[in-house]
Amino acid sequence: MKKHFILAALAAVLATPVSAQETKIDPLHADVVMKFAFSQAPKDWAGRVDQDETLKVCSAARNAPSAADAEKIMAREKAKIKYPDDGKLMGDWKQGERWAQSGYGMRFTDYPPRNPNGGNCYACHQMTQAEVSYGTVGPSLREYGKIRKYAEADVKAVYEKIYNAHAAFPCSLMPRFGSNAVLTIDQIKDLVALVMSPESPVNK
Amino acid sequence: MLGWRLRTPAAAIAGIGLGIGLMTTVLVPWVEAQTPAQREQAARKAYEEHMRRMDEAEKAAAAKPATPPAATTPPPAAAAPPANPPAAPKVAAPANPAPGMSQADQDAATERGLEQYRRMMKEDPWSNPALLDADRGEALWAAKKGPRNVSLAETCDLGKGVGKVDGAFAELPRYFEDADRVMDAETRILWCMENFQGFDSTAFRKNPHPGGGQPVKDIGAIATFVSHKSSGMKLASKKDHEKEKEAIALGEALFFRRQGPFDFSCATCHAESGKRIRLQPLPFLSDPKEAKVVVGEWPAYRVSSTHVMTMQHRLLDCYWQMRLHRLDFGSDVSVALSAYLYDRARDGDIAAPGLKR
Repeated sequence: MKKHFILAALAAVLATPVSAQETKIDPLHADVVMKFAFSQAPKDWAGRVDQDETLKVCSAARNAPSAADAEKIMAREKAKIKYPDDGKLMGDWKQGERWAQSGYGMRFTDYPPRNPNGGNCYACHQMTQAEVSYGTVGPSLREYGKIRKYAEADVKAVYEKIYNAHAAFPCSLMPRFGSNAVLTIDQIKDLVALVMSPESPVNK
Repeated sequence: MLGWRLRTPAAAIAGIGLGIGLMTTVLVPWVEAQTPAQREQAARKAYEEHMRRMDEAEKAAAAKPATPPAATTPPPAAAAPPANPPAAPKVAAPANPAPGMSQADQDAATERGLEQYRRMMKEDPWSNPALLDADRGEALWAAKKGPRNVSLAETCDLGKGVGKVDGAFAELPRYFEDADRVMDAETRILWCMENFQGFDSTAFRKNPHPGGGQPVKDIGAIATFVSHKSSGMKLASKKDHEKEKEAIALGEALFFRRQGPFDFSCATCHAESGKRIRLQPLPFLSDPKEAKVVVGEWPAYRVSSTHVMTMQHRLLDCYWQMRLHRLDFGSDVSVALSAYLYDRARDGDIAAPGLKR
């Protein structure tokens, strides 16, 4: 009887850590359920649920990658950046304001497309003084160019951050607007002008 | 939430207008009715009036010519339109914003209107339009339906026993042995309809959620009724069975999983405190403290779309913003994410149906 009691107590002690242990999920399990959760998606949407190496690492690390992974991500994403053929990185800030305001594009209700895609920058960033309806998920960009004295190196850095933010900030929350073909190179140039041109209301 | 500014303020103003109109013309007489029988009759009349207005709004929207495509540069992304463009859940706002009104003024006006609306609701909890859907859901739960002509009340077990509704919602999602699956309220209701009433869900699954201005569909109405029958209780989803634990863990992995052309995950917007998209505050849903405040309010009447939105619908809406396609009703993804959210919100108050912007 006593022996049974001891055995039962031992079993309980052994079982406790097992039952209290968090269930681990193989990332492949998540990949598979995502594959089967959008049965109405057109064939060419199938790839949208897939993850590239960078997104796999960032998801697993909850956007806080190890130093070694961060290095790899920055190098990999930097290599994806394409620059304008004419070498000019700034376009028209007025057009840039249009892309910054618009959240249109790529949702399933946006087809067939009725407008160019937008960058929806104001959803997350403060930019001009006039626009008070701005989000706070990203840092404020008020007077971004002015603070940096409109330096050429910063113009290039802004272009690269919009094109592929992970090249500078591994596992950034910001969409890779250029690499993911959300915005065109010309649209990105317009947005660079909005942030970096002295005439832009962002810097007023 | 990205892009909400393009349509939400106007829709919200229209929604408040409609909501206040509904309150003054329909709900006030209903509330003023004296006896339960009078109330019931007034509620039925109110609901019919509500439906008539919705039909009218829908017809008016359909009569409007579609905006011709703007002659602009084609979008950079290669994307073929779907063969059948789905009925947009985000139909054009039925009213134009007041001319000369700035965005900030509009938002402030929307917020003021909502505040007044919430105050009126608090003074009289019976005035939440979602309760009309809960009533409809109660009738549907009890009605003999489908090829087998049986009611859910006499066949469906939501976890507390066949036909038992009180407190069932509080313990969902949970594992159901008959289905060998973890299910949330909506998924379970559909499962019962298919398996006991003989309901063919093919058409429903293609379009399970209402468009703007349309009332919530029958399953959503039943879910609203079921949630209301746990209102005032604490969220206590089951976490005993191995499959329940697995669903919660899978939901957590999905919450942080980044995908789609914008590289978004749920965590992009909902894994930090005090952030907002445009002016819309974002709940930190992986934090129990913040999850407890909001999760128990679903299903909720959404003023901006003038209908009840269920959890399944809300999750589809998030994936829509993430640039993914229509999330399948009752899919492993939607069930797992529900399981995760209800686990995060454990011990939070159930105040369903709630009222949302």
